[in-house]
Amino acid sequence: MLRKLLIIFISIFLIAFNAYAGSDGELVLKKDKPEEIKDCFEKLNRATFKFNQGLDKAVIKPIAEGYRKLPDPLQRGTSNAVKNLSNLITIPNNILQGDIKNAMINTGRLVVNSTIGLLGTIDVANKMGFPKYEKEDYGQTLGKWGVGPGCYLVLPVLGPSTIRDTAGSFANILGGDPWYNASVHGNNEFLSEGLYITSKALSGIDFRADNLESFDNLEKNSIDFYASLKSLYIQDRENKIKNNQRGNIEVLYKDEEDWEEIDNK
Amino acid sequence: MKKIFIILFLLNIISLNAFSIEPDVFVQSTVNRASQILSKDISKDEKINQLKLIAKDTVDIRGVGYYSLGSARKNLDNNQKKEYLILFENYFLKSFSSRLSEYTNPKIEVQGKNVLNENYTIVNSILIATSERPEVKIDWRVYTKNPDTPLIRDLIIEGLSLARTQKEEFASILNSNEGDINALFKTLKEFSKK
Repeated sequence: MLRKLLIIFISIFLIAFNAYAGSDGELVLKKDKPEEIKDCFEKLNRATFKFNQGLDKAVIKPIAEGYRKLPDPLQRGTSNAVKNLSNLITIPNNILQGDIKNAMINTGRLVVNSTIGLLGTIDVANKMGFPKYEKEDYGQTLGKWGVGPGCYLVLPVLGPSTIRDTAGSFANILGGDPWYNASVHGNNEFLSEGLYITSKALSGIDFRADNLESFDNLEKNSIDFYASLKSLYIQDRENKIKNNQRGNIEVLYKDEEDWEEIDNK
Repeated sequence: MKKIFIILFLLNIISLNAFSIEPDVFVQSTVNRASQILSKDISKDEKINQLKLIAKDTVDIRGVGYYSLGSARKNLDNNQKKEYLILFENYFLKSFSSRLSEYTNPKIEVQGKNVLNENYTIVNSILIATSERPEVKIDWRVYTKNPDTPLIRDLIIEGLSLARTQKEEFASILNSNEGDINALFKTLKEFSKK
């Protein structure tokens, strides 16, 4: 009970802080322009980033490299299963965003993959011709509702985020994630908190394994790796909130006038 | 006389079109050139050198350089601008060719284009999937003010702009050093020496 209250308090604080940050004129959503996201806690963020990099090198990356060596069906099965579980967060967010069509498609996908697809390990829905799966989360929904991102944050272990996205993540453990509810509070002999944590860890390892080369390449060719990752995270979130599959020129460049000024030189 | 006029008129049209390159054809030929180099049986350093030549030919390095500097470019004097453009070119060519050289025999297929205005066309392409990585969408922002010599100004990979990332990286370095351009110059020099 106390834990829940604490989480609610933190979430309210984060959203309130975000609303305040959004009122300084720079963070307000501008039509056709991405929001300027301030790095209010840069020193702390850089320290956390350094800690995460150490953790990655010592633990996460070696595990991801090991995971990549697993037989292909095992890797694909794990990847499919964790992706299937994420439908449980995507579907309520489809609904909250008013996207009933995708909510129905994703419900169908979840049912098909969880049953015929052997607990999600086989992506039968994809083979049946379901549209490409796009994840949604509570941070995206808040963004869609017009809540500004607030300050940029680097979370220990979890990595890049913003105040809005962190607040959105709290919604998962406040009842917004049926998988969390069933495994942690479900009084079910087959499910447990350990299983929930394992599924989240596997999801992270799967993502890291998918990006081993691209992260190495980015780190090697960046003059400020922290700033590169921050920029990529923010661009990715902007695209996801606006459901842009390939990026949108009007959204992509913060200041198109910058190019125009160069053109006129 | 009328015939001569028509012939001259047609010749004029033909000569004008002969030098104008469609942005999608330009991108496909550029990636084909890069692909050829990457699949050659030569050392990585040799590949990097040849990729640098392609980048010099096809990328608006000066434009990207000024864009990456953001509003800081307004505070530079002429000597600093000259120094910056040299440092940026070295940095860019190293970073660009080094990123590309990690790929062996990449297959990029141009799928279409979207003419934004007379200055810009976005060319859509995909990096074809292999057993080790999924398909990657790559869009090219091509500067077409001079249609005879189109130039690449940005690569947008899965919706993520490399030019914007670079600009924000430079801004971060300037912010961490109270806007001191020499700190950025030093970082660029160090990167190129690596």
